[in-house]
Amino acid sequence: MKKLLTGNEAVARGAYEAGVKFASAYPGTPSTEILEAMVNYKEDCYSEWAPNEKVAVEAAAGASIAGVRSLAAMKHVGLNVAADPLFTFVYEGVTGGCVIVSADDPGMHSSQNEQDNRNYAAASRILMLEPSDSQECKDFTKLAYELSERFDTPILLRLTTRICHSKGLVELGEREEKPYVPYKKNIAKYVATPANGKVMRAKLEERIADMTAYSNQAEINAPEYNGREIGVVSAGVAYQYAREVFGEDASYLKLGMTYPLPIDRIREFASKVEKLYVVEELDPYMETAIRAAGIEVVGKEIIPVYDELNPDIVRKSVWGQEPEGVSSEKQAVPRPPAMCAGCPHRGFYYALSRKKNVMITGDIGCYTLGSAPPLSAMDTCICMGGSISEGHGAAKAFELSGADTKVVSVIGDSTFFHSGVTSLMDCVYNQSNSVSVILDNRITGMTGHQENPGTGYTLMGKEAPQVDIPMLCKSLGIKDENLYVVNPLNLEECDRALDEALEKDEPTVIITKWPCILKKFSQQDKTEYDLTKKSCTVNQEKCRKCGLCSKTGCPAIYSGETITIDQNSCTGCSLCRQVCPFGAIE
Amino acid sequence: MDTVKNILLVGVGGQGTILASKILSAGLIQAGYDVKMSEIHGMSQRGGSVSTQIRFGQKVYAPIIGKGQADVIVAFEKMEALRWIEYLKKDGRMVINDFEIPSVPILMGAASYPQGILEELQGKVRASVFKASEIASQLGNPKAMNIVLLGALVEAMQIPGEIQWEEIIRSTVKPAFADLNVAAFKAGQEQVRMNA
Repeated sequence: MKKLLTGNEAVARGAYEAGVKFASAYPGTPSTEILEAMVNYKEDCYSEWAPNEKVAVEAAAGASIAGVRSLAAMKHVGLNVAADPLFTFVYEGVTGGCVIVSADDPGMHSSQNEQDNRNYAAASRILMLEPSDSQECKDFTKLAYELSERFDTPILLRLTTRICHSKGLVELGEREEKPYVPYKKNIAKYVATPANGKVMRAKLEERIADMTAYSNQAEINAPEYNGREIGVVSAGVAYQYAREVFGEDASYLKLGMTYPLPIDRIREFASKVEKLYVVEELDPYMETAIRAAGIEVVGKEIIPVYDELNPDIVRKSVWGQEPEGVSSEKQAVPRPPAMCAGCPHRGFYYALSRKKNVMITGDIGCYTLGSAPPLSAMDTCICMGGSISEGHGAAKAFELSGADTKVVSVIGDSTFFHSGVTSLMDCVYNQSNSVSVILDNRITGMTGHQENPGTGYTLMGKEAPQVDIPMLCKSLGIKDENLYVVNPLNLEECDRALDEALEKDEPTVIITKWPCILKKFSQQDKTEYDLTKKSCTVNQEKCRKCGLCSKTGCPAIYSGETITIDQNSCTGCSLCRQVCPFGAIE
Repeated sequence: MDTVKNILLVGVGGQGTILASKILSAGLIQAGYDVKMSEIHGMSQRGGSVSTQIRFGQKVYAPIIGKGQADVIVAFEKMEALRWIEYLKKDGRMVINDFEIPSVPILMGAASYPQGILEELQGKVRASVFKASEIASQLGNPKAMNIVLLGALVEAMQIPGEIQWEEIIRSTVKPAFADLNVAAFKAGQEQVRMNA
């Protein structure tokens, strides 16, 4: 049976059919739906959200060593977090097959950078597969488990946004159960002390030689010979673009396995065509290796070295052709994403945006949108969990320089669990006076509402213990009197907590607590918070059009000739009412 | 059909482009086409501009298209029609929902909603323009606007092949909304027939 699946759904299907028993991930666009789709197979495969990607890879490694097939999935930057276990796990190898999925985001549709994780394969020497559509996502995932066990290595399955989120027809197959491999202690294989590590490192070279031999004859690296004038080496979604641009007359060497690269095969292919192109998205990963092997090739001198490719860009690079289409002099106004009407973050950010002489270190999540005008209440954003440690360093720098600037760090609940806890430990241990704000909206919001260790539920829908954030902060050493829990939609509460915390010479924590307005509310949410639907309207007689309400950045408020509130999107959070100096909002 | 056909659905997060594209692709599969579909998730829930690309034919390679390649663009919102016009083929068609959703710079008063979009687009391309949201409201639920537009698209495209649209709609949406959505689909088809 054929089904239209996204690449992510197809990876999950492949893992299911391959008999995977354990899957773990931290949500991150464009990888999130892999684990969400794994839940469809919960009768046969256990799946979970890990607090971060390092934990996910370690858990998958543990499951593999214990004897079952396992999977860990993450977005590209997640592999940075998981790089530590990755490099050594490659040395040790597997018992049950293990696949680590890296979903890269060329063009940065929803990421802070567009690093090319193929470089991780070369750096850690992990066998890498790159599917180019949904069918291959399923097929390559299954193949990955065979190769993992055959070569005794974890596998990197490298996807990109267009592979993850494009749908294509996929032929479904049956699940093949993999019997559990009874556990045997094997210290020499699985304990990477320096002495064992040296042996593993030497063996790794033998494995690379075996994998290279396979790569050179693998079916997924087979050439397709058509005309001999042009030959194209490509992989992943870039192959699909190349296929459209070069057409039926060119020959193709489409690579499904890109570490180790099949250099012998590339050399043979190059010798059979007059002109060789390499079409790849982002870094000249294949091109550098091809050139290093002394093979002449046209690549990044014409194909852009950054941003997402598409058939247009490749066509223009190769043939110099501009597309012919319809154009208009009129310009559409940009439509940037914004915090939703009723978003609990908005209230706290509004209060924060009014504070003077404050540096605000930010983090990754919906609340990064607080950096956009009119709130503009964020000064830095680097990586997951970075806000509190950046804030600590900044507070120390101001202190050491005699500057009186204070620091506020903002982080979401899921991001705090991901990698903010150790940062807060640093603030307390090394005694900075920064204000750490944990924006607890009771869910992992930006990636589309995934459960996390604070929500009370697991990925598979089971009830779970909840992290008690105030208690956690106290156990790290935050004093009772330096801990504030506020309703972020109550401006007075936020203001008071911020003013007090900014006065203190010790680390303080403000926890804002209110569920994400788009969340499917749990029974606990309904009991603890007043979530009844309300709405605000402008009394036009009292309104003096000062525009202060629109300074909250609420997308329900429309400032035209008059100021109005869209009743369809307003949730009655009442922030605008609290801000209005004329009592014009009812 | 040798050539691959390209459809672009554009709108604003929350307008239901995903359900419309799901029904559309199910129809195309029923007719025996190879289908690829691409959409960008992520920030769309926060009121951003969204687009879904659907390509079908004997064999489809790339999941996305470039400028000047869409046979039909269905705009769920007027300004989005303007934003994506460059993707339309010179002889392509548009189906436009006469509906405005201001973006944040407009809400804040930093920019104004472009005037005369419909006249501009109708002057350049063959466009079917109607108030899909009002039609859906009259049928009982403004949210069925997406299926009104889907009906219009199907009528405008004249996709070769046997496709049981009604059956597909009934098997995709919740039973309680089946009649509404089938009526919405037919109303959309009717709009294009009237405009033709």
